[in-house]
Amino acid sequence: MKDRQELPVIDDQEVLSNTGQSLGKKIPLVSDTLPLLQVKELKKNFDLSGDLLDQFRFRGGRIIRHKRYIHAVNDVSLEVMPGEALCVVGESGCGKSTVARLVMGLLRPTRGSIYYRGQRIDKLSEKALLPYRKKMQMIFQNPYASLNPRMTIDQALLEPIRFHNPDMTEGELRERKSEVIKSVGMDPSWGNRYPHEFSGGQRQRISIARALMVDPEFIVADEPLSALDVSIQAQVLNLLRKAQQQRGLTYLFITHDLAVVEHFGSRVAVMYLGTVCEVAATKTLFSTPKHPYTQALLSSVPRLWDDQPRHISLPGEVPTQIGQPKGCVFQGRCPHANDRCRRYSPQLNAQSDGSLVACHGIEEGRI
Amino acid sequence: MNNAELNPIKDRSMVESAVVGNKGVLRAQLIDGFKRDKFIIFCFSLLLVYLLASLFAPVIAPFNPYDLSQVDILDAELPPLWEEGGDPRFLLGTDAQGRDMFSTILYGTRISLLIGVGAVLLQTLLGVAIGLTAGYFGGKVDSLLMRIADIQLSFSTLMVAIIAAAVFRAAFGEELYGELAVVILILVIGTVEWPQFARTVRASVLAEKQKEYVEAARVMGFGSSRIMWRHILPNTLSPLLVIFTLQIANAIIAEASLSFLGLGMPVSEPSLGALISSGFEYIFSESWWIAVIPGVVLVLLILVINLLGDWLRDMLNPKFYRM
Repeated sequence: MKDRQELPVIDDQEVLSNTGQSLGKKIPLVSDTLPLLQVKELKKNFDLSGDLLDQFRFRGGRIIRHKRYIHAVNDVSLEVMPGEALCVVGESGCGKSTVARLVMGLLRPTRGSIYYRGQRIDKLSEKALLPYRKKMQMIFQNPYASLNPRMTIDQALLEPIRFHNPDMTEGELRERKSEVIKSVGMDPSWGNRYPHEFSGGQRQRISIARALMVDPEFIVADEPLSALDVSIQAQVLNLLRKAQQQRGLTYLFITHDLAVVEHFGSRVAVMYLGTVCEVAATKTLFSTPKHPYTQALLSSVPRLWDDQPRHISLPGEVPTQIGQPKGCVFQGRCPHANDRCRRYSPQLNAQSDGSLVACHGIEEGRI
Repeated sequence: MNNAELNPIKDRSMVESAVVGNKGVLRAQLIDGFKRDKFIIFCFSLLLVYLLASLFAPVIAPFNPYDLSQVDILDAELPPLWEEGGDPRFLLGTDAQGRDMFSTILYGTRISLLIGVGAVLLQTLLGVAIGLTAGYFGGKVDSLLMRIADIQLSFSTLMVAIIAAAVFRAAFGEELYGELAVVILILVIGTVEWPQFARTVRASVLAEKQKEYVEAARVMGFGSSRIMWRHILPNTLSPLLVIFTLQIANAIIAEASLSFLGLGMPVSEPSLGALISSGFEYIFSESWWIAVIPGVVLVLLILVINLLGDWLRDMLNPKFYRM
């Protein structure tokens, strides 16, 4: 934890204004208030029913085609503003990574839409997506798997930029490569080594460098720190923040680590069981969590000054996501759930302090 | 294990579990293991002798067995040099037509190896392309291609080859068949056994596809074929190398069997199998060398290739690697 305490704490506003300036220089913005990425009522089901033959069941004298789905993401709506770092938090299996993969086009949404700078991108073909691939990049969770073991660092870094900028000269390529690799704190002369010669933290720097090679403006980071040990986490987090300030990046940062969120995020979206419970500015969320799930989640973070911890312990287990959910996803474990919660699922509603909360109880003033 | 030794190619799980290591480490490990194992050095040298002998057959061989003017029927069925009645001109004796056995075996080994390597190259090409496609795209494409592979596997190689050869002879005649025998055998053996490669590649691709570097490549916007051939394939090469070696032995056996049955190489241009076949008639009339010597040469060749393949598989599988 000590390493994290040393992180420079930058005011959210400062980050926004800093990056806004550098953004203004680099990319002509349509408007600062227009979201960079917009996700509307996104839904993703995974088919569990297997082969066609397995789907047919004989039941009650009739043959029925039976299909089962995992509802990984249910009606998720999010907006990422330019220059911000939107953190998505939630426990394992709540659909955070699925959202990241949907946004990057690695998965096709079952329903809903994704807009990048106002252009719809979720229905585009791979070819039509190419210009967006340069603008949107991704950093992966496991640095041991995200680099091809048979490619040297130079090959891994140069392939994307050669692919996207075929008319760049060899000299320009080399210049760009050494600029990027220096900016992630590595030595450009290590280029002809293979990934297995590096440590986890170094590999994660290399994958960050690979994402930065094509000069993106939006980066989806899918738990980029969770495979690293704590001291390295701080370094990589600082590196990501430095890159954000220098290059005017916007992040969609997937994590389950609340301490990282508190330092890194400008806004936070809390997810539970495939839905967004609460979206708020980081400070607001940590000082006044509103959704009962957010409250329980935040109360689980141990604090140094916690003499008498008041953990909210939730009854029951996270329910299965097989089958269509009914009512609020949290109703089974929520101490405030009533009949309405069991029947209808709540929508995200704006609160007086600007946060969005999906809870019937808050809407009715019960909580 | 016993079964695996008898027929290494059938024990696919072991081949597939040959783990793809890192390039440098792998190479060092291979060289290291090679230097330490005297028996493998011997096998490798023997294979090298075979390869050189077949490559330089026209230089080494004292006679050209295809040149009828050099063959004299009066020299027929002369025993090898060390037997009573051996002729100093013919080291390993002569066959029923008076051809020098040593020269004929050299040329025969050349044909056997050519067919073996050619057929396996064709198998690799087909198998890798189909296996990569099936593994990478999955779903219906995968089901379809793998069912075709199952059907193909359910036919024995020999049966398909016999039918193909018979149809060709019936359609184009014996003479054209004799001219094109090598090409036809390569095509037949090559197209029949691709499922071995396809399945191995598919299994490796299924494992590799899960890894994040493939997703990273997709995020970069690379097309499917670039990801398949440039990113995934290099990571599946180790098990392929093993299969490649073992399949060469299999293809040589298939060619020898076909020739022995009289459906492979013609008598005028005999491979090792055809030589054994032609000598088989004389084996009880005291001219044993016409069948036995090519037989020993063939068995040694296949043994050496199989031993090398087994050794490769062990070396590439960390579970079998002994420090």
